Amino acid sequence: MASIVTRVKKKQISELMDKKKRMDDRDLTDYREMKIEQGIIERAEGSARVLLGKTEVVVGIKIEMGEPFPDTPNDGVLTVNAELTPIASPKFEAGPPDEMSIELARIVDRGIRESKTINTEKLVIEPGKKVFVVFVDIYVLNHDGNLIDAAAFAAMSALLNTKMANYEIKDGEVQIKPGYEQLPIRKHPITITIAKIGDKLVVDPSLEEEEVMDARISMAIDDDENICAIQKGGSGYFEPDEIFEAAKIVKAKAKEIRKKMNW
Amino acid sequence: MPIFLEKRQLVTPGDLIAEGEYVAGENTFVEKSKIYAARVGIVEYENKRVDVVALKAFYVPRPGDIVIGTITEVGFNGWTVDINSPYIALLRASDVLSRPFKPQKDDLPQVLDAGDLVVAKIVSYDRTHDPQLTVAEPGLGKITRGQIIKITPTKIPRVIGKKGSMISMIKQETGCNIILGLNGVVLITGKTLEDEQLAMRALLKVEQESHTSGLTDRITQMLKEEKSNKEENKNE
Amino acid sequence: MNDKPEKLIDKKGLRLDGRKADELRPVKLEVGVIPNADGSAYIEHGKNKILAAVYGPREVHPKHLALQDRTVMRCRYHMAPFSVQERKSPAPSRREIEVSKVIRESLEPAVFMEYYPRTMVNVFVEVLQADGGTRCASITAAALALADSGIPMKDLVVACAAGKVEDTVVLDLMDTEDKLGAADVPVALMPNLNAVTLLQMDGTLTHEEFEKAVNMAIEGCKQIYVMQKEALKKKYMNVSEGIKEEAEE
Repeated sequence: MASIVTRVKKKQISELMDKKKRMDDRDLTDYREMKIEQGIIERAEGSARVLLGKTEVVVGIKIEMGEPFPDTPNDGVLTVNAELTPIASPKFEAGPPDEMSIELARIVDRGIRESKTINTEKLVIEPGKKVFVVFVDIYVLNHDGNLIDAAAFAAMSALLNTKMANYEIKDGEVQIKPGYEQLPIRKHPITITIAKIGDKLVVDPSLEEEEVMDARISMAIDDDENICAIQKGGSGYFEPDEIFEAAKIVKAKAKEIRKKMNW
Repeated sequence: MPIFLEKRQLVTPGDLIAEGEYVAGENTFVEKSKIYAARVGIVEYENKRVDVVALKAFYVPRPGDIVIGTITEVGFNGWTVDINSPYIALLRASDVLSRPFKPQKDDLPQVLDAGDLVVAKIVSYDRTHDPQLTVAEPGLGKITRGQIIKITPTKIPRVIGKKGSMISMIKQETGCNIILGLNGVVLITGKTLEDEQLAMRALLKVEQESHTSGLTDRITQMLKEEKSNKEENKNE
Repeated sequence: MNDKPEKLIDKKGLRLDGRKADELRPVKLEVGVIPNADGSAYIEHGKNKILAAVYGPREVHPKHLALQDRTVMRCRYHMAPFSVQERKSPAPSRREIEVSKVIRESLEPAVFMEYYPRTMVNVFVEVLQADGGTRCASITAAALALADSGIPMKDLVVACAAGKVEDTVVLDLMDTEDKLGAADVPVALMPNLNAVTLLQMDGTLTHEEFEKAVNMAIEGCKQIYVMQKEALKKKYMNVSEGIKEEAEE
């Protein structure tokens, strides 16, 4: 009895919502318990695993050498990919990325890119010719709601865990030297997703809540409390007031989380 | 003739349990007159019969079983129902309407729509056909409120207890009405969400500790403790 | 970054990671790790880190793939882009497709396929980190995931490889040994029925070396089998009470 949230349950979720409560006893702005582990994949240059409630996401970072984009010859390259592995849910099928996994990757990408998290200038080896390419691969292992925040936290934690090989240029050739350097990180964006259920705004929707929500909005906030990325999702709508209310909630929540994580 | 394992031992698929003049029971298989376990479970003997009480299994429909299911699709002349089994069940419109179905007059989604819960009985099932359901008996039909939880179907007998002792006790202590679907889906209807959640916790505890002794006493104790804690919290 | 080692086996007969010729890498197993799946297991075998999940038996989609007299098993072996030294594209490679098939064919003999006609069992394996012998570790984890899902089985399936490195037949090759060695022989076994359900070889071996390798792999399998059973039982053991006679009620 997997996918369909029954009518009876939908009614229950709404009834609780009216009393400002949720099925798992959380307040409307509470996150589920979150656990983060870094460095779990030694073979990757950086990695992290996030458990948000029962949602589980692993991010692996690989760094390779490649060519810069022609319009940004003095910047390294960042590329984010997401896999909704069939392990994670009966709804996920193997195959090329679908719109859900592409959207997930692009939202996480935007948060990191727009906030200028990585100092991409420091990733240049030979301007215009050779740069470091940072591959962020998001792997969803169990889907119990709010993949966006779990993936964003995992990606940020993995980047903070990432080491690059030392190198020097001898006779026009790149030589790898012993030792490592931390990936140059400037900012620590935090992405928070809020779902609209009836007229209530809830933080960190669980899987059931996602199935009954009207819409969701995800916002990435950087260390200076600037909003650097937003994505509205779902086929419902938000009123402008609700959007500003959500932004306030996100600002306060991000502050709380930043303190806890020491970001 | 040898039995290789003690009663109540935990076995995994492929474990050799007995050899010779024994009857292979539930969740076992025979190869060259040796009886092996086919599922993870606890070995039980009764006279010459060897059973493995599976600790995890899924529900295979049996005619006559009461089950709880979710409507997944409204079809042309009936509904498809998810009964927590590898097999999807069918409920015919004529069964629910108690008369032949008239496509012009009858609006099926009005009667039952996708997302609705029903208590039903399995009318027929065999290897070549999907199970057919009926709701045309007292006590069956659409469910309008309550909590649903899922338990491994093999544990439902333990939840019932000897002569219904376990389930009666839980109903009494929580004040909830509980319908046990043999497909492992349980409906709990109580006066408040808290009562329902208390009953849910008790049932899940029975599922987890089903193979131990003194369970009924422990569950009774747990329920009494939780209720008195609730009282204390209220009085503070 | 990776200099080719001079010798794979030193004068004392020890391998690059200090193991003797017939020594297994450390194995860690855990059952029931993915809440959404019907059955799941996680294995660490040496530096391999692999997750297996089972969904099923369920109705078959698309319907035309259903078999009237038995279950259909589908298996997908897939490696994460960050699982190997050089990032791998997420799209399935020809190797992954072949490995998916041989894994499926190693598991099918263990499952009572005829019990549930017109259903489908999906086995998914994701390699999070690879270090040689991933198909064997995948089979070991996938068999546990199948048992965890409650589908009736004749036995667990366990797998281990042996091979030849320089002139010595060795057990359980790691990645470097696999890449630079002379042969690799993965074997999957149903120990109680003494049935080999996977056997492959690449490289060159004499008949005697081949026999030695297969027997060595089977020994390795039996060692891992003990750990598999422990991992499965551990999941279902009760926390405090242990297992006793049920009292009269």
